[in-house]
Amino acid sequence: MRRTISKKIFYLMLFSLIFILMVIMPSYVSPYTIILLNSIFMYIILTVSWALFSGPTHYLSLASAAFFGLGIYVSAILGDKLPLLVVIGLGGLISFLLALLVGLSSLRLRGMYFTIFTFGLSELIRHSVQWWEVNKTGTVGRWVVAVDHMTVYYVMLGILLITLVVAYLIRHSKYGLALLSIGESEEAAEHIGININAMKMITFAISTFFMGATGAIMATRWSYIDPSIAFNPLFSFMPVLMAIFGGVGNIFGQILGAGVLTLLADVLLTKFPYYYMLLYGMILVVVVLFLPKGLTGLKEEVKRWREGGSVNPVRKDGPRPE
Amino acid sequence: MQILEGREVKKYFGGLAAVSNVDFHIDQGEIVGLIGPNGAGKTTLFNLMSGSLVPTSGVIRFKGEKITGLRPHQICKRGMARTFQFVKLFGNMTVLENILLGSLFGSPTGMHEVNAKRESLELLEFVGLSAMEGSLAKDLTVANQKRVEVARALATKPELLLLDEVMAGLTPTEVGSAIELIKKIGSRGITVFMIEHVMKAIMTVSDRIIVLHHGEKIAEGIPEEIATNPKVIEIYLGT
Repeated sequence: MRRTISKKIFYLMLFSLIFILMVIMPSYVSPYTIILLNSIFMYIILTVSWALFSGPTHYLSLASAAFFGLGIYVSAILGDKLPLLVVIGLGGLISFLLALLVGLSSLRLRGMYFTIFTFGLSELIRHSVQWWEVNKTGTVGRWVVAVDHMTVYYVMLGILLITLVVAYLIRHSKYGLALLSIGESEEAAEHIGININAMKMITFAISTFFMGATGAIMATRWSYIDPSIAFNPLFSFMPVLMAIFGGVGNIFGQILGAGVLTLLADVLLTKFPYYYMLLYGMILVVVVLFLPKGLTGLKEEVKRWREGGSVNPVRKDGPRPE
Repeated sequence: MQILEGREVKKYFGGLAAVSNVDFHIDQGEIVGLIGPNGAGKTTLFNLMSGSLVPTSGVIRFKGEKITGLRPHQICKRGMARTFQFVKLFGNMTVLENILLGSLFGSPTGMHEVNAKRESLELLEFVGLSAMEGSLAKDLTVANQKRVEVARALATKPELLLLDEVMAGLTPTEVGSAIELIKKIGSRGITVFMIEHVMKAIMTVSDRIIVLHHGEKIAEGIPEEIATNPKVIEIYLGT
C-alpha cells in the first residue's frame, strides 16, 4: 500500500483543520452551542492536564478542584483590577506555586496515600477559603466581572491549544518516557539518573497551571461563585473519570473521554431531566466494565472478542523514541 | 586506586543491626564478590552504597569523594550503577526504551537523543538481545530480563557496577553465559562488585571475595582462601 503522506503529518493537518473550524465556528452557530463548546473545552483541558502527571506516573491526584477553584478565586478577587489575560496568567501561576508546595509536602507518599492526601488537601482549601470569606471578608460568595461568551470561547480555545501542545511535547520527549518509568518502577528510575522528586513536582505543577488558568476564565461565565462552587470535588473526580472513560494512555483518549462525557451529560440532561444521573452512571459503569482501556481500547477489544480472546496482553500506548 | 571505600559502615533498623561496622574497599578494575548466608546484610550494603538507604553511621567514599547521604540519581551520575535482586524493569515499555532511559539520564552530562539510541542498540548487542529490541520488557524470560537490566545499568556509563544476585534462577547454561558477560564487562574497564549465591560462578569470576554474616565482615581474600576458610565453611554448612 502506497502512502503519500506520513501518519504524523496527516494527523497534524487534521488537527489544524479542526482547529481552524473551531476558530471560525462561533460566527455561525447559536450561543447555546458556544456555551456547550466552552464546557467541553473546559473538561478537555482539565482532563488532559490531569493526565499529564497522573497518567504516566500513576499518582492519582484528586486535587484538581483545588487548583481550578484557586483560579476561579483569583478571577473573582482581581477580575476588576487587572486585564483579563493577566488574571488568567495569574490564576495559572498561583496554582503552579501552590502545586510546588503541595509536591514538596507529599513527595514521600505513594499510591492510595497520595490520592487521599490530595483529596484531603482539596477539601482543606475549600473549607479554609470558606472560613476566611465568612469570618474575615464577611461574604459567602463573590461576584465575578462578566465577560461575553465569545471572548470566553476564544480564550478557552487558546488555553486548550497550549495545553494540548504542551501535553504532546512532554509525552513525546525523553521526559515523557521518564514519567512513564516513574510509574513503572520509581526506584529503578531513580537509579538510572532520573531526579524523580524534581520531575514529579515540576510535572505536577505544570499540569495545575492550566487548571488554574481555566478556572480564572470560567469564573467569568458563572458570574457568581462561592467556595462550594469553586472547589466542588466533582472537578477533581470528573477528569479522572473522563480520562479512564476515553483511555488514559493517550491524549486522544483523554480528549475523547472529556468530549463524549460532557456532550453525553448535556444530551441526557435535556432529554431525560429526571433520569439523567441514573443513565449517565449506568453508561459509565458499562463502559468501564467492558472497555478497561476506555473508548480508545474499543478497536482492540473488538478484535479480541472476534478472535475469541487473545493470549498476548495489549500494549498500553506510550511515547516512542524518534 | 580505590574506587569505593566504606569505613565503619553501620545500618540499624530499630534494634536490628543489618550491617554492623563493615570496612571494605574495592580497587579499580577488580571483580569483587560478596557472599554470605541469607540475611547477612549483602543487599542492605548495596542499598547503602547506591543511595537507597542512608547509613546509621559510617562513611562511604566513591572515587575519593564522600557519597553518604546523596540520592541514588546523583550517585548514578557519578558513575555507580546497579541491578536489583528482584528485577526492576519498566515492564510496559520496550526493551530498547528501558536501555534508552539509562542512556538519556544516566551519564553526567546527559545525552543527545540520536546518540542515545545508537548507544542503546550497541548495548543490546553487547548483552546479546538485539532480537528483543521491540519486545515489551515484561514479556521476556527472567534470564533475559536480567540482561536488559544489566544493559540499562551499563547505559548510564558506570565505572562501578553493582550486580545483585544476577544469576539467581538461571539454568547452568545461562549461568555460563552470565559469567561470560561479566568477564566482558570487566574487560571494558568497569569495576564489578557482585552479590551471588551461585558459588561456582563467583569463585570463577572474582579476583577477591568478601564474606558477610549477621551484618559483619567475617572474611576477605582470594577465592581459594575463602573456599578453604573454616569460618566461611561453618556459616554455610553449620558445625
